[in-house]
Amino acid sequence: MYGAALQHIKPGDWLTLLLSSLFVVALTLTLWSGDLADKAIIRSGGKIFREVPLSPDQQIEVPGPLGISIISIQQRKARIASDPSPRQYCVRQGWLQQAGEIALCLPNQVSVELAGSKKKYDSLNY
Amino acid sequence: MTASIIKLSTTAEDHHIARMAAVALGLTILENAIPSPLPGVKPGLANIVTLIVLARYGWRTAAWVSLLRVVAGSLLFGNFLTPGFFLSLSGAVLSLIVLAFARHLPARWFGPVSHSIYAAFAHITGQMLVVYLWLIPHAGIAYLIPIFATAALVFGAVNGLIAARFMDDKTIYPQITQIHTD
Repeated sequence: MYGAALQHIKPGDWLTLLLSSLFVVALTLTLWSGDLADKAIIRSGGKIFREVPLSPDQQIEVPGPLGISIISIQQRKARIASDPSPRQYCVRQGWLQQAGEIALCLPNQVSVELAGSKKKYDSLNY
Repeated sequence: MTASIIKLSTTAEDHHIARMAAVALGLTILENAIPSPLPGVKPGLANIVTLIVLARYGWRTAAWVSLLRVVAGSLLFGNFLTPGFFLSLSGAVLSLIVLAFARHLPARWFGPVSHSIYAAFAHITGQMLVVYLWLIPHAGIAYLIPIFATAALVFGAVNGLIAARFMDDKTIYPQITQIHTD
C-alpha cells in the first residue's frame, strides 16, 4: 500500500519535499529562537534599583512603598518570589527566561525585566 | 403578475465546472466536521479537486472551480464577506497564482505532489498576509508561522498524493472523462 503511494512521487517531488522540509525547519529555528537573556534589570519606583547578571543564583530584596519584594534568580531564570501587593500578578507570572520578559508588581512599584544582548522594542507607534 | 422566466444559456463546460465545484464543496463541508486543534489548520481536502481539475482541464477551469467553491462555501456557512471568507479567498487566489507557474514544471519530474505543496505554502502565505495586514497587525503572529508551515507541508503532500492516486486510478478516470463529455 505504501509502495503504491510512493510510486506517485516523482524525483522532482522528492526534491520539493526535501527543500520544503528544510524551509520549514529553518523557519521554525529563526522564528522560535527567542533571544536568551543575559541580565535582569530591577526597578523600584520607576528608577533602576540594580542590574544583576543571571549567572550566580541569588535572592534580592527590593524595598517598595508597601514593603519588600523578593526577587530570586536561579539557573539563568528570574522570578518574583514574594511581594506584598494584593493581587500577586507578578508572583503568579512565574519564571522569566527570555529577553524582553517583564514582571511588574503594583502597587509596590517593583519590576524585573530581562535584557539580552540586543534591546528589542516592546511597542512601536507610527 | 406575469411570470417571467430568466433562462441563462449554459454550455457543457459550465455544467462541468459546476459539478466539480459541487464535489469540492462537499469535501469542504466534510472537512468542517473534523475538529482542528488550531483555527486555520485544516487539511484543505477541496484542493484535491482543484489539483485534479488543473491537471486534466487546465488552469482556467481550476480557477473557476476553486473560486466558486470559496464563494459558494461561504454562502453555505454564512460567512460571506466576513474575515473568514477573505482568508479563504486570499489563500485560494495566491494558490492559483502559484499553480499557474508550478504547472509548467517539467511533468517528467514534478507531479501533483509538488504542485500541492507549493499551493499549500502559497495558501498559508496569502492567509498570513491578510491576517497581518488587516486582522492582527502584530509581529506576534510570527510565532504561529512554523505551525502553519508544517501543516501546509504535511497536508500539501498528502493531498497531492491523494490527487495523484485518483488520477492514476483507471476505474475513476473514465467517470471523470464521461462527466467532461456529456
